[in-house]
This record gives sequence, C-alpha cells and structure tokens, in this order.
Amino acid sequence: MAYSLDFGALAEYAPIFAKGVAVTSELTLVGGVLGVGLGILCAWVRTDGPKALRPIVSLYVEVIRNTPFLIQLFFIFFGLPSIGVSLTEMQAAILAMVVNLGAYAAEIIRAGIEATPRGQFEAGASLAMTRLQIFRNVVLVPALQRIWPALSSQIIIVMFGSAVCSQIAVEDITFAANFIQSRNFRAFEAYIVATVLYLILALILRQIMRSLGTIIFPRRRVVR
Amino acid sequence: MSPFTTWDIVRNLLFAAQWTVILSLVAFIGGGVVGLLMLFARTSKRVAARRLAILYIELFQGTPLLMQLFLFFFGLSLIGFNVPPWLAAGLALTLWTAAFLAEIWRGCVEAIPRGQWEASSSLAMSYFEQMRYVVLPQALRIAVPPTVGFSVQVVKATALTSIIGFVELSKASTMITNATFQPFVVYGFAALMYFALCWPLSKSSQLLERKLNVAHRNH
Repeated sequence: MAYSLDFGALAEYAPIFAKGVAVTSELTLVGGVLGVGLGILCAWVRTDGPKALRPIVSLYVEVIRNTPFLIQLFFIFFGLPSIGVSLTEMQAAILAMVVNLGAYAAEIIRAGIEATPRGQFEAGASLAMTRLQIFRNVVLVPALQRIWPALSSQIIIVMFGSAVCSQIAVEDITFAANFIQSRNFRAFEAYIVATVLYLILALILRQIMRSLGTIIFPRRRVVR
Repeated sequence: MSPFTTWDIVRNLLFAAQWTVILSLVAFIGGGVVGLLMLFARTSKRVAARRLAILYIELFQGTPLLMQLFLFFFGLSLIGFNVPPWLAAGLALTLWTAAFLAEIWRGCVEAIPRGQWEASSSLAMSYFEQMRYVVLPQALRIAVPPTVGFSVQVVKATALTSIIGFVELSKASTMITNATFQPFVVYGFAALMYFALCWPLSKSSQLLERKLNVAHRNH
C-alpha cells in the first residue's frame, strides 16, 4: 500500500501544537530555573554546607541519577497521592523536572566548584569575608561560568525528557501529537512536526543560554 | 481474584526487569557496532562521510528519544512493515545509543596526539591500519569510563519503550499498579530495581576513571 505524506491535514490542528509549544516552554522555563536553584543549593551543601546534610544530598543525587525520569514522574504523580500529597498534572510534571534537573545540576556545579583553585578561598578569607560570602562571591560565580555550557546541555536534555510528561496528560508538544494522530491517524506527520518543534525549541534554548551567559558573566575569565 | 502480595509484585517486576536488561544489552551492543561505523565516518578524511555522520549524530542527539521511538513505531508500519514494539524499541534505542557513543569515542580518538597519526602515516599505514593498530588501542583506554557511564543512560532510556507498549520494568509497573492500586509501593520497587541496575555501572565508571587516571595523564 502506498502512503503519501500529507502535512496539510495537520493545518487545522495548529492551535493544539501552539498550546503544546507553550506548555513545553513553561515546563522547561520553570523547571530549569528552579532546578538550577536546587542544584546550586545541593552543590553548596556537598562542598561547603552543613556536614550533617551531606549524606542526604548525596543519596538524593545518586537515586535520581540512577533511575529513569519516567519512574520518578509516575512515582510523584501516582505514588505520592497515596501518602496524602496530591498534585495536578502540571505541578507533578514541574516537581519531577525540578527534582531531576536538581540532581544533575548539583553534580555539574560541584565539578565547577571543585575546580576552584585553593588560593581563591585563601584570598577571600584574607579579605575578611565570611564563608558564605566567599562561596557566593568568589567560588560560585566563576564555577557557574566554568560549567555554563554543560549546564545548558543538561537543561536541553531535561526539555527532551519533558516529552514523557505527556504520559500524565500534561498537554505538551508530545501530547498534541498523540492527540492529533488519534484523531486523523496521520501519526507519522504529527510526530515529524513534533520532532521538528523540539529541534527548533532546542536551538532557541541554546541561543538563550548563550546570551544569558554573556549577560551574567560579562567579564571574560581565563578558564583553565 | 486472588490478592496481590508484596512478593507477587516483586516477583513480577523482577520478571519484567529481565526485559529491561535484554533490551539494554541489545541497544548497547548494537549501538556499539553502529557507533563504531559512525566513528569511522566521523573521523574519516572524506568530507561527505564526515558530514553524513555529523548529520546523523545531530539528528539523534538533537531530538527527544520518545519522538524517535514514535517515528520508528508508526513510521515503519506506514511503509508496509508490521513493526512489533520490541523491534521498534530495539532499533530506535540502537541508533540513539550509536549517536552518543560515536560522539563520546570521537572525543577519545581526537585526544590521541597528532604525532601518533603522523608517525603511523609515515610507516605507510592506511587509514584503517592506523585506526586498528595505533589509534584505537590507545583511545580505548580513555574511552572505557565514559562508555560505562553512558550505559547507565541506556538502561534508563529503556523505560521510554514502555510508552510504545514494550513490556519491560516500567510497563510492568504500570500494569501491576492498575491491578493492585498501590502505585507508591510498585513504583518504589521499580525505582529500586533500576537503581540496582544503574548504580553499580555509575560507580564502576567513577572507579575506572580514577584507576586509569586518564584525565590528567598527558598534561
């Protein structure tokens, strides 16, 4: 049986794809910002924070990095209500993305922090800075600058991962494609369009991260 | 209907976990073979081969794996093949793994000093002889830790195949949850099993990196 591609059949569903792009963008934006925040917090605990918290953070990072996102999402969305924490699809999706990105970002940022030369700490201390001041002003910003490309890639990976959120009925790009192909049976076309949309979003996100990098880190540092 | 005991849940999950392991192995071995071919293309002297490899790698790294699974699952049946989920899953995961392994290994090949290429070239070795006898044996040493590390990603990626209906650990978890209404327990055990599969791989990757101490050898 010959099959001819017909992208025209998708035209009437453009608003659904548009909504999907908006939802995926929202997931990525909120998840990205909060996830990196959580990552910084965890990296701080593991390098300079209270020692009592370190095993807990290590356990968190190891567990998240060694289990699939799908299981984390299902555990949060289906599992947590049975212990009394009920979340909407969108809340569950964002929580899962934050928890997931937080663990990866923590490891990436920690690597950046550990590459800080010893002398930087000593220089900060000799200026009578407190530990927290040293961490914030001397250690963290150059560390972030050092690992910015890796962090950008991780956020894009998390955006690709967000496709899974369609499985708990979050109306993202993948959900749109699923919905459309169940209506007009143009599965191949719908998924090609969805894939291209992800590709475009990834390119835009990379550009945003690059621009953001030049804004946050205006001075060029010699990265060794 | 007889009630599900906790042991029933664990037993069934363990049974399904076999398929996660098998699919991971298929994807990793298949991906290794295709990845090696892509590595040769990517580092070849021919521009066309290099461009093709770059396009392949960008395409598979630049789109969600879930989309690739859907496209294989629905796309292949459009051109007349009746694709069962396991075949679509195996194919898509193999090609996805290949793209990442090719890129990881390219880094390792490019870390070999230029002089090694020149020396072997001056011994009149062909490109394949250079790769086979000079470059790859040295690159292999650097390549082991990141390759083992990537295998963790492959195991985790197999969870996505549940969405196109391949019954492995994740799909089994969903099915058992639907029967028992105990999502907390079932997904908890599933997470534990994935952890049991992945954590040893993560740890050995770290240990190998330290043991081979390859990161700082030539600096």
